[in-house]
Amino acid sequence: MSGLEFLLAGTLAAALPLLLAALGEMVVEKAGLLNLGLEGMMAIGAAIAFICVYHTGSHFVGFLGAAAVSTLTALLFAALVIGVQANQVASGLAIGVLGLGLSALFGKSYESLTIQGLPKLGLLGLSEIPLIGPTLLTQDIVVWVSIGMTFGLWWVLNRTKLGLVITAVGENPEAARAIGYPVSLIRLYAVAFGGAMCGIAGAYASTVYTPLWADGMIAGRGWIALALVVFGTWQTGRVAFGALLFGILSLGELTAQAMGIGLPSQVLSSLPYFVTILMLVVISRRKLRSA
Amino acid sequence: MKLRLIRRDAASRLAMFASPVLALALTCLASLVLFAALGKPAGAALHALLLKPFLSWYSFSEVLLKMAPLLLIAQGLAIGFRANVFNIGAEGQFIVGALCASAMPVYFPQGDLPLMLPTMIAAGALGGTVYALIAAALRTRFGASEILVTLMMALIAVQILNYLLLGPWKDPRGFNFPQTVMFPDNALLPILFDGTRTNISLIFSLLASVFAYLIMQHHFRGYQLRTAGLAPRAALYAGFSAPRMVWLGLGIGGLAAGIAGASEVAGPLGQLQRSVTSGYGYAAIIVAYVGGLNPLGIIASSFLISVIYIGGDSATVSAGLPVAAVEVFQGLLLFFYLLTFTLIRYRVELDRKVPA
Repeated sequence: MSGLEFLLAGTLAAALPLLLAALGEMVVEKAGLLNLGLEGMMAIGAAIAFICVYHTGSHFVGFLGAAAVSTLTALLFAALVIGVQANQVASGLAIGVLGLGLSALFGKSYESLTIQGLPKLGLLGLSEIPLIGPTLLTQDIVVWVSIGMTFGLWWVLNRTKLGLVITAVGENPEAARAIGYPVSLIRLYAVAFGGAMCGIAGAYASTVYTPLWADGMIAGRGWIALALVVFGTWQTGRVAFGALLFGILSLGELTAQAMGIGLPSQVLSSLPYFVTILMLVVISRRKLRSA
Repeated sequence: MKLRLIRRDAASRLAMFASPVLALALTCLASLVLFAALGKPAGAALHALLLKPFLSWYSFSEVLLKMAPLLLIAQGLAIGFRANVFNIGAEGQFIVGALCASAMPVYFPQGDLPLMLPTMIAAGALGGTVYALIAAALRTRFGASEILVTLMMALIAVQILNYLLLGPWKDPRGFNFPQTVMFPDNALLPILFDGTRTNISLIFSLLASVFAYLIMQHHFRGYQLRTAGLAPRAALYAGFSAPRMVWLGLGIGGLAAGIAGASEVAGPLGQLQRSVTSGYGYAAIIVAYVGGLNPLGIIASSFLISVIYIGGDSATVSAGLPVAAVEVFQGLLLFFYLLTFTLIRYRVELDRKVPA
């Protein structure tokens, strides 16, 4: 397989955990909160999904279990931040550390076990197209569903009343409350949604992308997803584009070899973080000027 | 009818002591249930986590060894946190501090550099401070959130560490392990108690605690920092410079983390290796909060978290718990602390609608 084919085939799958987690966090942030616990919620989702798939053989159960448990973890964050108005940064970190710890605790006895991944499916006979057919257009079902979900989320946020309400709650909670929207409740739903998405993202990482559980396997993807939300300036399309870009970068060393770049792999690995700082500066500067 | 949280006019002294104690009790309870549910000997696990570290002088000295960096970083961070400056990338400043300090013995492996140790500590302090101040510059100049910038910079620092250890700084006779040469004797911190690994960095940390206490409770600058955190608008009206608080909050955090990083390579590690990034920077955030962001409270909380680290090591042997149990315990502790602290600090009130 050539370098280009490798990239075409691998990018979507590498981007998927980042995309799902980032979309979840984007909704949380649009509703006016910041949950720094992504890494932990993804890790616990990954562990639970692996355990479920190992025992039931069903990926559906795995994804469902991961979504449920990560949502519960996210609700702990909600209890602190919405319930007792604790500091968001500290609360997010508490959930992150707890999630990472629990994932390692639960997953310990499942290390070095293996499960089946998911078969790759071509889309509507498009896999006949040369080059991109058998690579880019042949993906597992989760990829196809997630692409649909991304469009769905874009539609909800940009074309429905619900999307407007979420934005209103985030940008001007007092006004939203005055009009009669239940601000806390909407934020609670947003946090739960963010948790579920992290769970699914983690599940994909541990049961499809690399079907095995290892402690620390999320390997910073939660932090990259957090960066991605900023990179995508809280817009679904840009977050999706960023996920693809960061996905390619996360193929890091392999990509560099494929493109014949002699850079150390660490430069590529830290590129998402540099780009995010740059984006942050550009956005904040614009806000500062318009204010 | 709705429940509402009403902030108490004065946080009671009782709350300051009660919430960490209550949080610890709830954490123990929750871990007991969790370990039992996983089929581990829960009682033995808790015994190992909380009591074993006190049962031998050596393990107690290891607690003190762990406590030194945690205490130092947490004191630095807490000063920023109280001014609402959220430096969550202390891990990065810690790594950069360790890198800068390591440069001396890496380039002078025979130890033929005068004042080796003071130079290393100074380099670490400078490195950590400058690394943190980048975030201060971006925040004050462009308004970029220091939460995300410090976090991203911490992740970049890990990559710099990897690059140096796999490339230019790798020990040529180290069998290809990602680590530098072993440091010469004059690059190592003096040991405090014979037969242990506890070194004089514990003294730095305790001195820093005294310093933090004096600044925060008795100096005008501390008053400015606290006001900036509690009542940003009042601070603005009073003419306290907001950017200065950001520079100060981040700078002090970076300084402390940098010195801690330098002490880690010049202390228990004795070389630069990957395990230098073992999460002290993140754990210190937990230490700072559980200590109530109070210099004296942080001494207690850093001790507690260190006990759990050492206890966690022995629990892997005696109760078959994975090392991750320590993380679970830390996470639960911060969770319950945040929960109980707010509940004690605020009154819960029923908000009855007046019939029209």
